[in-house]
Amino acid sequence: MNFLCAFLFAGILCFFAQLILDNSKLTPGHVTSLFTVLGALFGFLNLYDKFIDFAGGGATVIISNFGYMLYKGAFLGFQENGILGLFSGLLSYSSCAIAGAVIIAFVFTLLFKPKD
Amino acid sequence: MNKDEYKKLVSRLTPKEMKSKNAIVAFLVGGLIGVLTELVIIILMECFGLSRVDACSWACLIVIFIASLFTALGFFDNWVTKAKAGLILPTTGFAHSVMSSALDYKRDGFITGIGANFFKLAGSVILYGIVSAFFFAILGVVLYG
Repeated sequence: MNFLCAFLFAGILCFFAQLILDNSKLTPGHVTSLFTVLGALFGFLNLYDKFIDFAGGGATVIISNFGYMLYKGAFLGFQENGILGLFSGLLSYSSCAIAGAVIIAFVFTLLFKPKD
Repeated sequence: MNKDEYKKLVSRLTPKEMKSKNAIVAFLVGGLIGVLTELVIIILMECFGLSRVDACSWACLIVIFIASLFTALGFFDNWVTKAKAGLILPTTGFAHSVMSSALDYKRDGFITGIGANFFKLAGSVILYGIVSAFFFAILGVVLYG
C-alpha cells in the first residue's frame, strides 16, 4: 500500500511536469524551480507533511520536498529564535541535500573525466 | 513562398513529439523512483533501526550519490533524455544538473570552471526555493503564530 501511494504520488507529479514541458516553452530549469516553489507553498498550507505521511519516499524524493524543507526550517527557526531564526533555520533541514550534492559532485568531478 | 506557407511547411516537417507517450514514460519512471526511495527508507529503518526522518535523509543522500555517479560515468544523460521529467523532477535531476555542469566545465579550471559553473543549472532551484520559503515562512508566522 505504501509503495502504491509512493508510486502514484511521484508518478503523477512527474506526469504533470512532463505535460508542462511538452506544452509550453518552459525549460527543465523553469519546471524544477516551479515545483520547488510549489513545495514551499504546500508546506505553508500545511499540506506537504500530509503528502509525506501519505506517500513516504514518493514525496520526499521529489524536488518539491526541497522547498518544503526550506519552509519548515525557516518556520521552526522562527519559533526557536525569532527573526534571526528565519535566517539561521532556513537551510537547516535541506542542508543534507545541498551539502550532499556539493560534496559528492565535487569528489566525482575530481575523479572522472568529462566526456567529449 | 510567403510567410504563412513557410510556417505551415515548418510545422508539417517538425517531428511531432509523442506528448502522451512522454507523459506516460515520465509517470512510470517517476513512480519507480518514488517506490525505490520508499524501499530504501524501509530497508534503512528495518536493518539499521533508524528513525523515519533519518532514514529519509539517508535515502536522499543515496539518491544523490547514485544520480551523481551515473552522471559521472556518462550514461545518465541518455536516461534523462529518454525519461525526461521522470528523472528531472526527483532529486536525481538536482544531482544530475550539479554534476553535469561541474564536469562539463572541469577543463576551464577550478575557479573559473568548476567553481563558477557549479550551480549554473541548480542555482535557480536554490535561489527561488530560498526566496519563496522565506516569504512563505513570514506569512506562516503571521497567520499561524
